[in-house]
Amino acid sequence: MKNFKHSKKRLACVFFLAALVAGIFTSCDKAVAAKENPELMKVYGESEAEMTSPPMVPRPVGKRAATKLIVNMEVVEKEMEMSDGVSYVYWTFDGTVPGSFIRTRVGDEVEFHLKNHPDSKLPHNIDLHAVTGPGGGAESSFVAPGHEAVFTFKTMNPGLYVYHCATAPVGMHIANGMYGLILVEPEGGLEPVDKEYYVMQGDFYTEGENGERGLQAFSMQKAVDEDADYVVFNGKVGGLTGDNALTAKVGETVRLFVGNGGPNLVSSFHVIGEIFDKVYLEGGAMINENVQTTLIPAGGAAIVEFKVEVPGNLVLVDHSIFRAFNKGALGILKVEGEENEKVFGGKIEEKVYNPGVTATEEATEEVTEDAPVASTSLAQKMERGKQIYTQNCLACHQATGNGIPNAFPPLANSDYLNADVHRAIEVVKFGLSGEIEVNGNVYNSAMPKQNISDEDVANVLTYVYNNWGNNKTEVTAEMVKKAK
Amino acid sequence: MKTLTRLAVCIAIMIQGQAYSQSGAMVEVRGGEFIPLYGTKTEVPVGNFLMDVYPVTNAEFLEFVEQNPRWRKSQVKQLFADENYLRSWKNDLSLGSDNLPNSPVTNVSWFAAKNYCECQDKRLPSIDEWEYVAMANETSPDARSEKSYNQYILSWYETPNTFKNTVGNTFKNYWGVFDLHGLVWEWTSDFNSVMIGGESRQDSTGDNNLFCGAAAVGATDLMNYAAFMRYAFRGSVKARYSVKNLGFRCVRDIEKSNL
Repeated sequence: MKNFKHSKKRLACVFFLAALVAGIFTSCDKAVAAKENPELMKVYGESEAEMTSPPMVPRPVGKRAATKLIVNMEVVEKEMEMSDGVSYVYWTFDGTVPGSFIRTRVGDEVEFHLKNHPDSKLPHNIDLHAVTGPGGGAESSFVAPGHEAVFTFKTMNPGLYVYHCATAPVGMHIANGMYGLILVEPEGGLEPVDKEYYVMQGDFYTEGENGERGLQAFSMQKAVDEDADYVVFNGKVGGLTGDNALTAKVGETVRLFVGNGGPNLVSSFHVIGEIFDKVYLEGGAMINENVQTTLIPAGGAAIVEFKVEVPGNLVLVDHSIFRAFNKGALGILKVEGEENEKVFGGKIEEKVYNPGVTATEEATEEVTEDAPVASTSLAQKMERGKQIYTQNCLACHQATGNGIPNAFPPLANSDYLNADVHRAIEVVKFGLSGEIEVNGNVYNSAMPKQNISDEDVANVLTYVYNNWGNNKTEVTAEMVKKAK
Repeated sequence: MKTLTRLAVCIAIMIQGQAYSQSGAMVEVRGGEFIPLYGTKTEVPVGNFLMDVYPVTNAEFLEFVEQNPRWRKSQVKQLFADENYLRSWKNDLSLGSDNLPNSPVTNVSWFAAKNYCECQDKRLPSIDEWEYVAMANETSPDARSEKSYNQYILSWYETPNTFKNTVGNTFKNYWGVFDLHGLVWEWTSDFNSVMIGGESRQDSTGDNNLFCGAAAVGATDLMNYAAFMRYAFRGSVKARYSVKNLGFRCVRDIEKSNL
């Protein structure tokens, strides 16, 4: 009897527990199902997405519930500056390259309105890599000038995704700047940081060579050959330098949403003087730590995070490095604040180093003079000058004498050069650093002293003066000798 | 049923338009065969026909709507034209100061363009006819492989607002036709029959072997991206659309004109 009672009690207990467990399981199941299957996530309310031009990003999604998010985007074809004196007809999403940043969270139901400006010459569409469905939405968003296409999709996977135009010829629409990023935040949002920025690389192909002035047309041949004239961040040379530089303060954490629009080149994304504390590989869920350079495929993205400990200019580059210094893939993150000598001590001293020679002896590097030729003809001078130029000057001032915008001044049609031949001789002979103005643009860089004979200084300057619209001065070795 | 209605309307307007016999200058295009950008590796035949020397101008279209009230801005059926129809005109019978009489008429729907031509005892050119004539430069009936010819077309694509220019200011081509490139896009009778759909990388309609996987695989000349853009443009419009950069011109069959 007692036993029976006891067992009855136990039975009730078991039932109760079972019910409880079952209850937990069922509600748990639901939660898990919703978490794992964004398709089943309920949306609450409706709002218009905040859209921002690069390098800014919209406010974080945080802990908000999935919602119906209305995205309005306009396609605009317009002429903008590619580099100093170089312009290009860009095709854009919302008038910028890259296009506006779109910020969503997993489970959102996005209602996308793609509007093609009536002035557009061409139809366009949008393929968002965040879309699960045919063409990433391209088919549903194909829209003629002066029309608007509306389609919807559910964000199924958290991550950072590229969007781009996919109208034929697809490559050309991308090459003309039609790309951008859409972020799908995970449930609960990304961890808060102090600064967030939007950076996107792209390669451009122009009929003229890098730096050739005027309105430049798209070159299909170069695009097919993957021979880019410009590789840039945020649509143009200098898109993230000077007044456009990103900023942060010492001690802040910085998150960069980095995309690569391509169309062709993959990026070896690197920030000079920083180590990425975290990289969301390919913009997905996998996190790598302590990374120097991260590979971003064309049509791919990455989220990089780091804390800035010391002040200074951090340089964003594609570490496929000729792109950075010769084609424009340079950006600056300007960090202000207190020095931190524990992290970076800086330069302490500099002294002479001369193995095998006593330190007192000045290492005078005598350049052996060629046997002076009695009279060198202009043609000979030009020929020799061209060789010297190719060996010593071409890398910075370029084969065309046009220099590199914002870095190395032009020698072609150079007012600085033509104004004063003696000054020019001194520059080649002794080097030059600091600010100079050439053809209305200010350059601030250093040209080292050229270790060449007076004869060759005369030759190379004669070559430069007799090319590219300069004033045809003939420089002699005597003139060079006189320079002190 | 819809088609029947349209037909009825068109016939009605045609009858009404008999009196309206003004016709612009036309030139004869000798037919031949050519390989278009899409859909085939074999030549497509094109017959002899007459083509308007210039696209239809604002002034000509104004005359048309004066005589055919149903194509006026305020009276056009929504079925035949969207709300952009003649948008830049000041009102039904006035071009306003933004539109020169001698500029090509744009913001006209395919239905309107088609009926305009019919009322002139003409018709819209087919894509093949249009492309056949448009591959000529000043001196050669087929200049597609010439770099300067392609560059001319492409630089136009990159120049905004050319629809405001007047007709006859581009070049006179081999056949004596002006403005096929350099002024406005032009309607064709079968504009939407082929090619580049919304998802241009994997054609959504028709036969993938014939047309363009990747918008390129089925093309005969992958570098002819000017033509890609024309086909893409045609693929993006519907017959009732009225677009700022889109005008038209007419053609006539030679046999018919000899009657």
